[in-house]
Amino acid sequence: MGLELYLDLLSQPCRAVYIFAKKNGIPFELRTVDLLKGQHHSDDFAQVNPLKKVPALKDGDFTLAESVAILLYLSRKYETPDHWYPQDLQARARVDEYLAWQHTALRTSCTRTLWQKMMFPVFLGQRVPPEMLASTLAELDRCLQLFEDKFLKDQDFLAGSHISVADLVAITELMHEAHAAIMKAKDLPPADAAMKEKLKPFIQLLLQ
Amino acid sequence: MGLELYLDLLSQPCRAVYIFAKKNSIPFELRTVDLRKGQHLSDAFAQISPLQKVPVLKDGDFTLTESVAILLYMTRKYKVPDHWYPQDLQARARVDEYLAWQHMALRRNCLRALWHKVMLPVFLGEPVSPEMLAATLAELDVTLQVLEDKFLQDKAFLAGPHVSLADLVAITELMHPVGAGCQVFEGRPKLAVWRQRVEAAVGEVLFQEAHEVILKAKHSQPADPTIKQKMMSRVLAMIQ
Repeated sequence: MGLELYLDLLSQPCRAVYIFAKKNGIPFELRTVDLLKGQHHSDDFAQVNPLKKVPALKDGDFTLAESVAILLYLSRKYETPDHWYPQDLQARARVDEYLAWQHTALRTSCTRTLWQKMMFPVFLGQRVPPEMLASTLAELDRCLQLFEDKFLKDQDFLAGSHISVADLVAITELMHEAHAAIMKAKDLPPADAAMKEKLKPFIQLLLQ
Repeated sequence: MGLELYLDLLSQPCRAVYIFAKKNSIPFELRTVDLRKGQHLSDAFAQISPLQKVPVLKDGDFTLTESVAILLYMTRKYKVPDHWYPQDLQARARVDEYLAWQHMALRRNCLRALWHKVMLPVFLGEPVSPEMLAATLAELDVTLQVLEDKFLQDKAFLAGPHVSLADLVAITELMHPVGAGCQVFEGRPKLAVWRQRVEAAVGEVLFQEAHEVILKAKHSQPADPTIKQKMMSRVLAMIQ
């Protein structure tokens, strides 16, 4: 069995991994893990990633979680073009800086925005208090401003003159509300009680 | 001007950077940024880093934020021993995996434990309900289990047989709730033994030195009211 990537394109980090693998002609078996059907909670999937999250990678006996780790693993193993994760010390540091910052900044902001604005009312049948949504949108705005002022600045790409994994991770974050896979979520039937129960800890996190 | 590191050892990521630089004898000028005095919010520091956070590295004209990026930069520039960030593809992936996971997991929970238990009430004079504190400590407990079961397992260190950046980041994170008076290692013999290994690998003296400040956190002087006002919204965003 060759490389397997466990993904749901509903998830921003999965999209980054998918695009990177496809763009670089990396051969892999796509294993779809349908998040809205709760497939990430299955015992089978726990064998691949005990953290029960996507994306996850399986390369023979080696399993790996976390999109940033997966992207770096793929870039090294398949020796992708330098610009994705440049050798140059400072350029690479800029990529690392963005990849670290985004976890608690843009990613969190985009996830909270999508869930509070759309997924809560549509999928879970729950309204989020307007003050909370307003605060989330204000935080998103602040992140976007930082993104422009501190990370992008006057450069063509986040790490300089060429595209890198930082840009890929960022763009898939920003597409969270517009991505085609998300559009389909609007047509989904509401989550049942069992699903809501499973999602409880995640929901609590999003409302904190 | 050589390498400058802008740090406050109250901060977990600063401790990781400090220990790493010292352990590897990387020459640097320590620039202390006193968070409890609001120095990170000064105009002078904003010139160094518009994100107004620590740690920050300045190497000539090159300024870098984010402790993980700083640790990796130092690893590469100063060609430290391989075990810190191993060349081996899979071992390196394990380190990357931990360094990515910890942001929203262990770091977040350790930060919340410190702030809900000590910093909000003692430093900012903001009471925290027992229910909120209990919920935070329960979350921390769950995360500690994940650390043991998924990351450490039966290995000597998080990424394999040798200490790496992952262990350094993890241990400095865990000292946050320890500083708050949480008995993180009680009833967790596996983690306790791992802690001893990491401390031994780092060196007891350096480890104690780096943790002097956090271990006194519960004796923080109450914040100046002007500073408190400046800090409040940022603190709340940070511990979300």
